[in-house]
Amino acid sequence: MSRPHSVAVTVNGRRHERQVEPRLLLSDFLRHELGLTGTHVGCEHGVCGACTILLDGEPVRSCLLLAVQVDGREVTTVEGLTPEPGTLHPIQQAFWETHGLQCGFCTPGFLMTLVPFLAENPDPSETEIRQALSGNLCRCTGYQHIVDAVLAAARNARPR
Amino acid sequence: MKPAPFEYEAPDSLPAALDLLARHGGEAKLLAGGQSLIPVMNFRLAQPAFLIDLNRLSDLDYVRRSAAGGLAIGAMTRQRRLERDPLVAELAPLLHEAVPFIAHPQIRNRGTLGGSLAHADPAAELPAVAVALGARLRLARAGSERWVDARDFFAGLFSTALEPDEILIEVELPPPTPRIGWAFLETARRHGDYAQAGVAARVSLDGEGRCQEAGLTYLSLGGAPISAQEAAGTLAGVVPSPAAFAAAAEAAPGEIHPVDDVHASAAFKRHLARVLTVRALTLASARAAQGMAAAQEGAR
Repeated sequence: MSRPHSVAVTVNGRRHERQVEPRLLLSDFLRHELGLTGTHVGCEHGVCGACTILLDGEPVRSCLLLAVQVDGREVTTVEGLTPEPGTLHPIQQAFWETHGLQCGFCTPGFLMTLVPFLAENPDPSETEIRQALSGNLCRCTGYQHIVDAVLAAARNARPR
Repeated sequence: MKPAPFEYEAPDSLPAALDLLARHGGEAKLLAGGQSLIPVMNFRLAQPAFLIDLNRLSDLDYVRRSAAGGLAIGAMTRQRRLERDPLVAELAPLLHEAVPFIAHPQIRNRGTLGGSLAHADPAAELPAVAVALGARLRLARAGSERWVDARDFFAGLFSTALEPDEILIEVELPPPTPRIGWAFLETARRHGDYAQAGVAARVSLDGEGRCQEAGLTYLSLGGAPISAQEAAGTLAGVVPSPAAFAAAAEAAPGEIHPVDDVHASAAFKRHLARVLTVRALTLASARAAQGMAAAQEGAR
């Protein structure tokens, strides 16, 4: 075992301090140290997108970051999308309404990719959506219902 | 699927990083964006004893106009910034056009310019762009620095001119010349996947609209970026036309070295090279002609 390092990170608005081995991946830190199991671990080499989280507001793969690297930074996970349990973020609501998930394994990664995407591009075309989602893999539903969910979320966010 | 144990330091200055590297060079790896290194560590294909994390070197994260009127870009500049920075779009339109082909936004938010160049993946976009643009790379070691031209930097598959005690710290791009047009194209099975084949094309026109000089740099078609001198040479002094582009495209497969892989056969990659060459030269010539027309308009 190599020398532990201290990490102090704000996750979903709460500050956490831990001693970690340098080789601990951020995805495992979130799940095992902080108990935030909403961040899913699929391929662990940056291809599937299931572990996508926000680092200082930008989507990144948490399996390609070491926990020590987020010292002093701000992380948002799927648990941080809504203020309290039992409520849904508008994009989660749209996934539910359009059957955008089946087994749900890939869903947190999709959501964490889409929240900053829609913030930057509130009225995306279907092509733009498919490009934005090209870094997230789903093996159940196919992508059509997920694309429908993004279009619905964008539509719902527009003033009527 | 977890990295083997390693010692870790995240120095907060370049001299401190160079000093660590001088002491641990043989056993240490440099961690930039980590989008290629961490996957191979997770697979334990790489098991460095020591990791020197460069992510605290914020003074290597910059995009600025160089003294020569081109661009000076810090090695730790994220790819996402290259995509968004208006100075890159203005002074290095080829780079601006190529960056969105690099994987996905989640990767570009971490991946760096210097990391991609030092990794030297033959399927990566940035090494080919650096060669196409005639970039110069600034390498530092404790107590000294040197400059290497991009075309001399890439030695082959995942290998470069970097010595074990050196860090790539800056990339300098020459200023754009008048009446020049660029285009970057690649094909992949899915948006953001590794390229099956790709090309960066350059066309410079003379005052009469003839091609003064052209450049063709291929990615994913050999162990390193390939500048196809003969194919590009067929265009010198010629008026750009579909026939001229087709002639260049027919010459290109003689200069590339594709191999079969799961994404495409070598024969298909040669076909892609021809098709992409015609399309990229067509686009680059049209842009050069537009630039010439705009300059004439401005002169009136």
